[in-house]
Amino acid sequence: MSSILITSILVLSLLGLTLAVVLYLTAQKFKIIEDPRIEQVEAVLPGANCGGCGYPGCHGFAEAFVKADDITSFFCPVGGNVTMANAAKVIGKTAETKDPMVAVVRCSGSPEHRKRIAEYEGAPSCKLATALYSGDTACQYGCLGLGDCVAVCQFDAIYIDPVTLLPVVNEDKCTGCGACVKACPKSIIELRKKGPKGKRIYVSCINKDKGGPARKACDVACIGCGKCVKVCPHEAITLENNLAYIDYNKCKLCRKCVEECPTGAILEINFPLRKQKVEGQIESTETL
Amino acid sequence: MLKTFAKGGVHPPENKLSANRPIETLPLPARVSIPVSQHIGAPATILVAKGDKVKVGQLIAQSAGFVSANIHSSVSGTVESVDVVLDSSGYKRPAITIVVEGDEWDSSIDRTPDIKTEINLSAQEIIKKITDAGIVGMGGATFPSHVKLSVPTGKKADVLIINGVECEPYLTSDHRLMLEKGHELMVGIQMLMRALNVDRAMIGVENNKPDAIKYLTEISSSYKGISVHALKVKYPQGGEKQLIKALINREVPSGGLPIDVGAVVHNVGTAFAVYEAVQKNKPLFERVVTVTGKNLAKPSNFLVRIGTPVSELISAAGGIPTDTAKVVNGGPMMGKAVVDVNVPVTKGTSGVIVFPATESKRKTESVCIRCAKCVSVCPMGLEPYLLTRMSQRMMFENMEHERVLDCIECGSCSFTCPANLPLLDYIRLGKSEVNKIVRARKN
Repeated sequence: MSSILITSILVLSLLGLTLAVVLYLTAQKFKIIEDPRIEQVEAVLPGANCGGCGYPGCHGFAEAFVKADDITSFFCPVGGNVTMANAAKVIGKTAETKDPMVAVVRCSGSPEHRKRIAEYEGAPSCKLATALYSGDTACQYGCLGLGDCVAVCQFDAIYIDPVTLLPVVNEDKCTGCGACVKACPKSIIELRKKGPKGKRIYVSCINKDKGGPARKACDVACIGCGKCVKVCPHEAITLENNLAYIDYNKCKLCRKCVEECPTGAILEINFPLRKQKVEGQIESTETL
Repeated sequence: MLKTFAKGGVHPPENKLSANRPIETLPLPARVSIPVSQHIGAPATILVAKGDKVKVGQLIAQSAGFVSANIHSSVSGTVESVDVVLDSSGYKRPAITIVVEGDEWDSSIDRTPDIKTEINLSAQEIIKKITDAGIVGMGGATFPSHVKLSVPTGKKADVLIINGVECEPYLTSDHRLMLEKGHELMVGIQMLMRALNVDRAMIGVENNKPDAIKYLTEISSSYKGISVHALKVKYPQGGEKQLIKALINREVPSGGLPIDVGAVVHNVGTAFAVYEAVQKNKPLFERVVTVTGKNLAKPSNFLVRIGTPVSELISAAGGIPTDTAKVVNGGPMMGKAVVDVNVPVTKGTSGVIVFPATESKRKTESVCIRCAKCVSVCPMGLEPYLLTRMSQRMMFENMEHERVLDCIECGSCSFTCPANLPLLDYIRLGKSEVNKIVRARKN
């Protein structure tokens, strides 16, 4: 009885030992030597694997980052400048600082401003609805509110407002990875410069129709009147296909266009409230 | 034993309400809007400008390429605008709007009612006339007909199949056409046969139209090479591939075309349009449209000029019922709801169906229980529940592997699903994404 036990234990131990040696030798023979800096770079990255940088996850980014000679084209939108500086330090280079970006939803067509003319009752996906219809309002460019952007956001930074039925970006959480920009089949969401203290100005509309039909479809549509283009002292606004666009690199946040816009399509974010103009009162004392 | 296709299929309630209504000519509308993209392929190039006078049958937009079609004016009058108008899916597309003044036809069109049976043109001349007349597949797919007739070198058609199945519920326009324009149809078929250089043509008609089968069988004896075949009623028998399988028992390979098995399929409406184009010199500017619905006062079949607003058709059929919740362009299985009743009738509009609220709403969705009903009804042998799951998870490469591109979008899966899942919606999304991937790979 005990001899059977001893034999089996011996045989199995011997077998285990032999295989261990074989495995060790194979592992040594086929060892992949990875640049240790790749792991170090990956360690400083946020690890969200969101793909916002254009590479398949953080490891992919780290690998390309370490191998590249010129690192100016690399940017981790989630980690921002701090992460990039740390990552560049690992490989002994310095990263250029970039302005932080944030996703903006360029549609203000809440039910109050944009009448519903039809009802969609298919599967709740913007992509799907776009393939079938222009949408449930007369504006074929506007937001459908079915939440494809919400579904792709990995940072819980976007939600559909139950009253306006439009996506709202939580700018503290938004990392500017651009996943929602890619997900939106109507190309409504854009990445824009966050601006100093979060102050930014943008045209919250992408309607390319002529003034009449655009206004008819939505009260707060850009009607392409061009008033903002004329008033802008910095030549930051262009008008193309009946739609104004503000170049965020040229915009100096003077807010003149916001005042001029007849439909209120231009939005100002995070600015202090304006002083109410009182009739008869002199606006500014400087001119006196 | 009647023939039918082998795999899958469903039996939706027929509801052919307008089957006994003869084709009536709809009075001319006040204005028409003729879209320049009524076919699959490149939109036609506009030839007229605002203020131009046009006659009925005048070329107003020229075909822009091989897969494209000419567009002719359906009325006489003045061009009011060349601008965008709403199409049935709510997008604004370029169209020519014409204010109707009188009814002056182009002088080259033969308006006499007599039937010209003699064919003295060559195949090339017939195809040329079909191209010029802007004829597209009238069954609803609107694929330019001359493309189908131009058989690629190295391939040979040996049979022409004429689709008189009309498997969609409600629709009766092809049925009425077969009953009322039988001889014209036969001549049209003979011209298509000559264009393709084949010596036999088979007309497939479902057995729920016994009068049409009887009549066509009677008259077909005096036309050489044409035979009429009754088919067992089953949706989607009107699909090209299903009809070929049913009639000649050949299977079109995955990703292939009917010509790969030696067949070319044309709709009866197309055959009639070919007769008019070749024998009467009349381009395609009007078509038969079924206007129907359970609560509609007078379900009818109208001969309608292209570009007429759908609302005019509904008012001619007794006005829009008050409980209407959805107006569908096409059949109830494959048609699409319109976003506005003023959208124009196009070359592909085979029917307009007015649905009351009780019938138009989707039922509450529940979860898939893997009952595989969708698998058993799919006429292409696909697995709709699986494709849907993949589409929801954006696994488009896997969808391609599961042959999603073979899907004919007949809607049998969604129709039969006991959980009321929008299967076709997701498959369609997957199809368009897979198509994008395939195109990207080619470039």
